[in-house]
Amino acid sequence: MAYLDHAATTPMLDEAIEAYAATAREVGNPSSLHAAGRCARRHVEESRERIAAALGARPSEVIFTGGGTEADNLAVKGIFWARRAERPGRVRVIASSVEHHAVLDSVEWLVRHEGAAATWLPVDEAGRLDPASLAEALDDDVALVTAMWANNEVGTVQPVTELAALAAAAQVPFHTDAVQAVGQVPVDFAASGAAALTVTGHKLGGPVGVGALLLGRDVAATPLLHGGGQERDVRSGTLDAPGIVAFAVAVERSVKTQREYAARIAALRDALVAGVRGVAPDVIYNGDPVDRLPSNAHFSFPGCEGDALLLLLDAQGVACSTGSACSAGVAQPSHVLIAMGNDDDRARSSLRFTLGHTSTQADVDALVAALPAAVERARRAGMIKSSR
Amino acid sequence: MSGGVDSAVAAARAAAAGHDVTGVHLALSRNPQTYRSGARGCCTLEDSRDARRAADVIGIPFYVWDMADRFHEDVVDDFVAEYAAGRTPNPCLRCNEKIKFAAVLDRAIALGFDAVVTGHHARLGADGLLRRSVDLPKDQSYVLAVLNREQLDRSMFPLGDTTKAQVRAEAAARGLSVADKPDSHDICFIADGDTRGFLAERLGEEPGDIVDALTGAVVGSHAGAYAYTVGQRRGLNIGVPAPDGKPRYVLSITPVTNTVTVGPAESLEVGTVAGDRPVWTGGALPDGPVECEVQLRAHGTPVPAVVTLADGVLTAELRSPARGVAPGQAVVAYRPDPAGDIVLGSATIS
Repeated sequence: MAYLDHAATTPMLDEAIEAYAATAREVGNPSSLHAAGRCARRHVEESRERIAAALGARPSEVIFTGGGTEADNLAVKGIFWARRAERPGRVRVIASSVEHHAVLDSVEWLVRHEGAAATWLPVDEAGRLDPASLAEALDDDVALVTAMWANNEVGTVQPVTELAALAAAAQVPFHTDAVQAVGQVPVDFAASGAAALTVTGHKLGGPVGVGALLLGRDVAATPLLHGGGQERDVRSGTLDAPGIVAFAVAVERSVKTQREYAARIAALRDALVAGVRGVAPDVIYNGDPVDRLPSNAHFSFPGCEGDALLLLLDAQGVACSTGSACSAGVAQPSHVLIAMGNDDDRARSSLRFTLGHTSTQADVDALVAALPAAVERARRAGMIKSSR
Repeated sequence: MSGGVDSAVAAARAAAAGHDVTGVHLALSRNPQTYRSGARGCCTLEDSRDARRAADVIGIPFYVWDMADRFHEDVVDDFVAEYAAGRTPNPCLRCNEKIKFAAVLDRAIALGFDAVVTGHHARLGADGLLRRSVDLPKDQSYVLAVLNREQLDRSMFPLGDTTKAQVRAEAAARGLSVADKPDSHDICFIADGDTRGFLAERLGEEPGDIVDALTGAVVGSHAGAYAYTVGQRRGLNIGVPAPDGKPRYVLSITPVTNTVTVGPAESLEVGTVAGDRPVWTGGALPDGPVECEVQLRAHGTPVPAVVTLADGVLTAELRSPARGVAPGQAVVAYRPDPAGDIVLGSATIS
């Protein structure tokens, strides 16, 4: 199988699996006072320190969560609630229009249920935000700003530092979803100026179901989960020591190897892009051609449906993604592609290929071999629909 | 794969027979979330999950194809328009003709597949003839009789030689959790089963007269002629009793005057049935009258008849009169056969 969907999830690193298994064999709740608990707590706290060091944060700023979605929800809702509690008129959320649904739907939920007002920042045709639009939108009713570090669909890297600086100047907390960025591009929490940053394990070789919100020490967030008061009282729940240990191993490793990984994987990605263009000359390469994740290639195939291409490539052992959200399994046109100014047809004709630490030239070759027949068939199937 | 037991077992059998099978669930509702609960149709999220789970157990790829727009144009809108025109459509038949064995089949062929497999209870053997299922009460050859030769040549019905009970037992044996799922009966896009309410919502209330065919007298009123079906007896709310005291039935619906005409059972009797848009798949086109049986509605009793096909019209002279023949339904001609009655052809009753 040619697995070209690492942005969905990437295989766990061997070291992470070993660290997980070793910790899972031990007993102990990190909150317990006895020796077993202390031992588990030591694992958790060492992991916290390793993650903090790798990402330019203080250990106390690492709030472990059950993954990226929870961290995004905690940041958006938690910071909104805390800021509004501080001053009731502060109900505006500024968000980029290309956020992952974990952020997008959290903001929309606040609008529907909590009286929030949303300002969606536009992107250009490359999916890139213009800091000037944030400067214009900032006002004294803003509860928070949220903009992802890099886009999960088209891979465009955002000018996060500039955005964070603008928000900081207006004294508004800035959250960034860096789920796709960590390990791919340099990410330093302190240097970025962000107030909160989301990271998750399974996108960088750690386990699924564990992530973290890096939350500045002076940033208040109202908890989503109440209970035992773990994690600064912001995120209750028994700490998942094996998951956290494996997560820390993966974060540390992916950050340490980021430069050489990015160089290798970008070269492989460029080979993929060249290969795809070679067999499908009319393909459109989406996203920022330069400021993008090294592992991401995203195309529109005119006249084809992404769904049909995915089915045909899957049948040939090539795994990729249409990158769009599903509603009862029915693909909706991607809000990211639409925000970039594309019409429904182009949005629906898109496919995302993402590489990862196990990717090889053979994966790219398998795609390039399978693609011509798939495109031809998908185009025929697309004709039937459009001829109506 | 609707999420029901029949299509799950059909897929499993096709895979077990060595075919390269891909499961496809059709998303037919424009807003699946609205049917999240309660619906016993075939387009709920739960059905989609059941279908996916079955495909996983069988070990085949599974995809959801969005056919909502085409389904609404070709089946739902057609359903409403047919009622508005005073006819009684069969949406399952239309869905087979336009969606499952047209839109889905065309897309599948373009993508490189050879055929569409469904869990319909009907037989389609190597001779290319469509026959009734061995399970006569579950037989669905009537709603498949609208398929033409090209469509049948690209179709597979692996369940035709099996009873429903056997299908359920096989599903259980194969570890398919849908083995005990209840059958769906209602029209899938009318979740609450209230066809009249569904039509009223789309066509509005249009009060008119109910007229007695024998006397010409107005004997009642209705809220919309479209809500009635030829042969219908219940729900007429006729205030004036018939002179002979016998029950009255809907004899005809006249949209132009918005009139429902009622009369005694004898007046329902029809000796000749004509149908348009004929298809003939039971061999070469007949050049003369064909002795056969005709079925005039889903699960109706077959009637001996002589069928002729001329000038795009299929005419059936019934050996004994039939009642409740509703325009819009299909007339399906069968040749009785010990190996399963053979579908000769069909047409839409005009």
